[in-house]
Amino acid sequence: MHKYANPTLFLRVSALLVPWLAAATLLLLTAGLYLALLASPPDYQQGESVRIMYVHVPAAWMALFCYTSMATASAIGLIWRHPIAELTAKATAPIGASFTFLALLTGSLWGKPMWGAWWVWDARLTSVLILFFLYLGYMALENAFDDPVRGNRAAAILALVGIVNVPIIKFSVDWWNTLHQPASVVRLDGPAIHPSMLAPLLVMAAAFTCYYLWVVLLRVQSEIIAGKIRGLRLRQAHG
Amino acid sequence: MRPKHKRLVFVGIGLGLLGFAAVLVLSAIRESVVFFHSPTEVAEQRTAVDRRMRLGGLVENGSIERGQGAQIRFRVTDFANAIPVTYTGVLPDLFREGQGVVVEGHLRDGVFIADQVLAKHDENYMPPEVADALKKSGQWQHMKESMQQAGQMPGKGTP
Amino acid sequence: MSFVEMGGYAAYVWPAFGATAVVLTVLVATSLRSLRVRKQILEGLQRDGEAGRVACGRKSAT
Repeated sequence: MHKYANPTLFLRVSALLVPWLAAATLLLLTAGLYLALLASPPDYQQGESVRIMYVHVPAAWMALFCYTSMATASAIGLIWRHPIAELTAKATAPIGASFTFLALLTGSLWGKPMWGAWWVWDARLTSVLILFFLYLGYMALENAFDDPVRGNRAAAILALVGIVNVPIIKFSVDWWNTLHQPASVVRLDGPAIHPSMLAPLLVMAAAFTCYYLWVVLLRVQSEIIAGKIRGLRLRQAHG
Repeated sequence: MRPKHKRLVFVGIGLGLLGFAAVLVLSAIRESVVFFHSPTEVAEQRTAVDRRMRLGGLVENGSIERGQGAQIRFRVTDFANAIPVTYTGVLPDLFREGQGVVVEGHLRDGVFIADQVLAKHDENYMPPEVADALKKSGQWQHMKESMQQAGQMPGKGTP
Repeated sequence: MSFVEMGGYAAYVWPAFGATAVVLTVLVATSLRSLRVRKQILEGLQRDGEAGRVACGRKSAT
């Protein structure tokens, strides 16, 4: 495992991957937006407003995916002191926070015309708001220490504690009665969504996943270089 | 034990305890996390009377009566019990007969006086033509019933 | 009804897509900029370091 912990090797490999990921993101986004806005039908109940789903649902999936990645990377960083894992957790937080923010915002824009409210305090919405605060707390804690190593470990523990929220979000719509409807795509007896509407959803989700991989690589590269700068400055200061 | 194994055990035990604590807390707050009560729960007075609360179910078919101005009367049902509701104000776009609804307000003399009406939609998404085809072929009712059995429709109180 | 009107839901659909575009663009742009700036700083430090070492080397040689 520590073979891939070599930052120089990581920089080389990720420099190779970044242009491909950027191209894949743009390609999938173009296809996804075409399907979402032009090629997909309106919903039988919700009309054209259903198109908000094609950004809302992938953003919400990514919010959970990023959190799970961040917690896993934090655990690997805490246990094995794996430097790339520590930096991946740190780099994931702002991306996950952005997706969570978008899920909340687009959900609100969808809820107003359909439900009749911008916001309700049901179990699903409240647990996603807590997820957003967990991301913000992670980023604040990460920056609260002068020593970046200590900050990273404190934040990693928060990320691990917060992981209990992920299954709560996923199953909140089944465990409690909520205003938010139950899962349409990821459920035991197959999706309850017509293929013509599932396709744009999945393409957008693939685009967001590529986007995450692209940006997380950029941010990890940036963190590795920041570490090198710190090291050089220390060495120069101490002559 | 090597340090990294020790840390692995610590993280493992920590997550285990955390999960256990979460299960305890969640089962303790179960009742208060409920967003709405079913007509049966309200009819059987299992909820506090004269308190603000939310009632959730389906808008009973044929029960919508429009009064003066923006006033509307309808019944919210879970097929076992139905509660009459009155409301004056703007309705969400998804409000219609046979659809899920959550109304907020209070009960007075057996009538629920709502000051907010929220529409609840199910998890089915399809183009209008597909919905029409399903209705024509008679599979529509079958689908709604299977959803109610799975507890995914409002109206059937969650266990 | 026209594409832009979104069946009367334009006020909700377009802000949702617009906000997504803005947030994702800003995030990738700031990530790219921070990487570029840090790369420049690192190169500068490495150049100074080499210059310093060369200077030190000369000093010790003389």
